[in-house]
Amino acid sequence: MKPAGFTYHRPATVDDAVAVLAEVGPAGKVLAGGQSLVPLLNMRLAAPEHLVDVNRLSDLAYVRADGDGVTVGALARHADVERDEAAYAVLPLLRDTLRHVAHPTIRNRGTTVGSIAHADPAGELTAVLALLAGTVTLRSAAGERTVTAADFFTGPMSTCAGAAELVTSVTFPVPEGRTGTVWTEVARRHGDYAVCGTGVVVTLDDDLRVAGARAAYVSVGPEPVVLDLTEAVAGEMHDAADWPAAGRLAAGRLDPDDDIHATAAYRTRLAEVLTTRALREAAGRAAGATTAARREASGGDQ
Amino acid sequence: MSPAEELYEVTLVVNGVPRSATVPARRLLSDFLRHDLELTGTHVGCEHGVCGACTVLVDGRPIRSCLQFAVTVDGAEVTTVEGCTRPDGELGPVQQAFRDCHGLQCGFCTPGFVTTVTAYLEENPAPTTEQAREAIAGNLCRCTGYQNIVASVLRAAELRQTPAEEASR
Repeated sequence: MKPAGFTYHRPATVDDAVAVLAEVGPAGKVLAGGQSLVPLLNMRLAAPEHLVDVNRLSDLAYVRADGDGVTVGALARHADVERDEAAYAVLPLLRDTLRHVAHPTIRNRGTTVGSIAHADPAGELTAVLALLAGTVTLRSAAGERTVTAADFFTGPMSTCAGAAELVTSVTFPVPEGRTGTVWTEVARRHGDYAVCGTGVVVTLDDDLRVAGARAAYVSVGPEPVVLDLTEAVAGEMHDAADWPAAGRLAAGRLDPDDDIHATAAYRTRLAEVLTTRALREAAGRAAGATTAARREASGGDQ
Repeated sequence: MSPAEELYEVTLVVNGVPRSATVPARRLLSDFLRHDLELTGTHVGCEHGVCGACTVLVDGRPIRSCLQFAVTVDGAEVTTVEGCTRPDGELGPVQQAFRDCHGLQCGFCTPGFVTTVTAYLEENPAPTTEQAREAIAGNLCRCTGYQNIVASVLRAAELRQTPAEEASR
């Protein structure tokens, strides 16, 4: 099991990389961490004529955090984002979620931007980017553009990125207001693809009543699914809200498929339970004002 | 593909020794180590990143060598299972622990476990049983049932803390 031959390019700058991508067009594929692409090459499920290896673009190996959000460059490994203390301080959801992404060995090589560009509907980071209404920045020889997560993901494993474009960074915004976030999922083994997973953001007002409840899901649809569940719990106290009602609302709106791992009914039930659990926990975190306190603490450092 | 595949000279510092070979871009790091450098300690199981047998350390971090082209990591420092020994060439603490605890049977998966556990104990020198179990979650073993591997991780943590004379008892 070896990859088919390809013409190898290892540009040293972003300009060189986008120039090569423009030249080779749809016959080219970007190689970053390779944790999704190389298995496809090894099994010859993919055989691009040109491989553009961006591992030399050390300018893109950054994680930048400030009070507004966390911006991750195309060459930052999952492990770099996971370990970044400044990113954790402003947006703990990233580390909390990354702990569920494959195994540490994979996270040492796989890149956060690469997994978003790959747009696997089972990918946790795609769901988190959609949940937070984040943005994706793409470069081509013609210039740079930034698109929203909603516009970027166009279907399973497909995005709006053109063949001549390189995704150079993604930005995960810090949610507004007094918020708490949680990621939770059920997988057959730790590190495996989730049977169902959900990330949630709960927003409380100054009286600690629920002002917002949003959830994003993996493995229940062809692309990241984001639901606004506020109506089930709006105005209720954070510690007395009817979270199971929000879970039921979510279950009613999701339409997962059967597959070899689980039936649609089981996935729907899992989504209901996980949503209820995650929202309750996130409300507790919001009431503790952990995120707000962290944001202030971090803002003071900027 | 064109008949004359372009070749690249790749130089790695493997277990402290600079080694080079001239290979096509599609040469996987696992095959580079085994075929070109004749370091056959690194095993190749599934060849798509699931089994963990091919795990080596690149610049100190464990990675799947079957999911990496050698040319991509040109210039890196690589540690294979052959490099997990003590400086005097005797079994290193992780290797010794696997021997002490019967943490292997056929041994096919063992190189991947040894490298993974070596790096893990650098980060967490005193894991709990639960943490030890999670640390090896990305490596498959079809023989042992994992119990003795978990015991080996805990034993390796002990051996790392004790002087060499006890390790070679």
